[in-house]
Amino acid sequence: MGVYVIKRILIMILLLLLITFVTFLLFNALPADVARLTCGKTCTDQTLELNRIRLGLDQNVLMQFWQFFKGIFVGRTYTGGGSVIECPAPCLGYSFVRNEPVLGMIGARLPATIFLALGAFILFLSIGISLGVYSALRRGKLQDKTVMGISLVGYSLPSFFIGLILIFFVVLKWKLLPFPSYVQPWENPVKFLQTMALPWIVLSILYATFYTRLTRSQMLETLGEDFIRTARAKGLSESVVIRKHALRAGLTPIVTAAGLDLAGLLGGAVITESIFSLPGIGAMSVSAVTNPDQAVLIAITLMTATFIIVANLIVDILYAAIDPRVRLT
Amino acid sequence: MTEQPFLRVNDLHVEFPTEDGLVRAVDGVSFDLRKGETLAVVGESGSGKSVTSQAIMGLINRRAATITGQVLLDGDDLITLSEDEVRARRGRRMAMIFQDPMSSLHPFYRIGDQLIEAVRVHNKVSKAEARNRAIEMLQKVGIPAAAQRVDDYPHQLSGGMRQRVMIAMALINDPELLIADEPTTALDVTVQAQIIELINELQAEFNTAVIIITHDLGVVADIADQVVVMYGGRVVESGALHDIYYRPEMPYTLGLLASVPRLDQDRSDRLDPIPGNPPSLISLPAGCVFCPRCVYQENVYGDACLTTRPELLDAAPGHRVRCHIPSERRKEIAQEALRVLAGEGK
Repeated sequence: MGVYVIKRILIMILLLLLITFVTFLLFNALPADVARLTCGKTCTDQTLELNRIRLGLDQNVLMQFWQFFKGIFVGRTYTGGGSVIECPAPCLGYSFVRNEPVLGMIGARLPATIFLALGAFILFLSIGISLGVYSALRRGKLQDKTVMGISLVGYSLPSFFIGLILIFFVVLKWKLLPFPSYVQPWENPVKFLQTMALPWIVLSILYATFYTRLTRSQMLETLGEDFIRTARAKGLSESVVIRKHALRAGLTPIVTAAGLDLAGLLGGAVITESIFSLPGIGAMSVSAVTNPDQAVLIAITLMTATFIIVANLIVDILYAAIDPRVRLT
Repeated sequence: MTEQPFLRVNDLHVEFPTEDGLVRAVDGVSFDLRKGETLAVVGESGSGKSVTSQAIMGLINRRAATITGQVLLDGDDLITLSEDEVRARRGRRMAMIFQDPMSSLHPFYRIGDQLIEAVRVHNKVSKAEARNRAIEMLQKVGIPAAAQRVDDYPHQLSGGMRQRVMIAMALINDPELLIADEPTTALDVTVQAQIIELINELQAEFNTAVIIITHDLGVVADIADQVVVMYGGRVVESGALHDIYYRPEMPYTLGLLASVPRLDQDRSDRLDPIPGNPPSLISLPAGCVFCPRCVYQENVYGDACLTTRPELLDAAPGHRVRCHIPSERRKEIAQEALRVLAGEGK
């Protein structure tokens, strides 16, 4: 187990290096000239050239990659253009659009995204799994068909639609909640919850429908297994049979999907964050695309990739914890 | 024989409504079983033998099927008792082992935990006590180093060992009735004999009533006192073991006996399978259910085979047969068939 985890972490680091490099290649291939974008309104050929040197764009991709990589460990100093800009380690790049190190920008944006992701995650998993079990136990009955019908509708609705409808009715028309404006929970918990309620609901609807369907099909499969009949033959109550025997056996795919979904959400729920003007990673990536900020985009790409890879590792370890037949080697 | 039977099944019917029509899986099955006795239920796939056993155990979803008749366990009718009352008896007074030990144990739990769970459903005992009971029971069913194996997961055991664990789990609360649904079908031949021997020993020790469901007449000869032959959801012949083996009367029973491979037979002789397939339980023939496959039907006068359901009637005390062929003629046919089977004049 220990050896396995170390091995996986080493592979993970290699993978991240590779992803960083590919990301660099991709952004290098973009038609946009980053030096010009960061040059400002009164741009002369001279400042453009200085900019290019400061950003390291005069060097080849490999050197640029090496500079970035080195910056993570020892920090980085951008010179040229008169001023000297320090980016202390760990330096994930420097945004010349906002004139601050990318790491600090991400740090300021991360709480909103983490709270959005975790809250929604807990909500949609509990709703999805309960509804899935409920549906499976009433297979073919009216309740099952209703749940399945609603989940199909929910699954098909785009998040911006659900979000806008909710804002229109709950906030504007019925005035049940104030207009969303994000504050950190330690500053004003009530306002925080009021702001987060709708985004959580949007993501829950979006994801719970998927988990309802997944749980239902898993339950239907495991309820037909021989060991469920054995559990009943022992005289166990139906609720123990379902919770301890059937659900446990059907859990593995749910854990896989949940791990990857959580990692994805931590990388920023782009649309939901934008609709509810949450200052999160997702909203930040949108502005980094529309107002091109290469450094930010590279850092976010790397961060999201890291989340996904770490989530994968955790899922694999959980697998072994759930199913003793899985050996981690 | 004046003692009240421990289990009395009386006119049991199990019907499943399906989109294709009503499936009459069990159609009026009756039998008695005393403690310490073994009843073998024999028949092909789809003859209703497994459904019968699951109906006795209360393992058939009452909302998915119509179950009528009586299942008297020590005088209490399991059909009319509430589901909770049946559950309280399940695993305690009656227990069951299944065909496939590979899939009958939960793959994610240690066998010890599964046994402990079985003890603690019905007894208020500590985990440690239940664990001791589990180890004791594993030793009893012949698992070597039981104190260590108790912490194994099912996938770490062989098929035969898993079936032993299933038997240990079934008998852990000392039930008075054990139902074994094809307990050896999924096992190696050498292991089969060991499992049957084990069931026999434990039955003698605990004075359990045993129902063994099988299509293996070799197993039946080893273990049964009484035999019930089922076909198309109903009993077609029932009696003591020697009645069925030495004085069978129903053509279907003859067919089953003929399809058992024998070592004393010339290898060039092929087995005699029963021609045709078991009937669909949705559209059963109007007359004798076995009629379409019966090679002796010309012995019946007129078209009774095609139009009239035969009754299950006494052929001799304790020996009941469901067949239109006149009793004397049946006996002649059977003795002739048995002579052929014994290897003469083939």
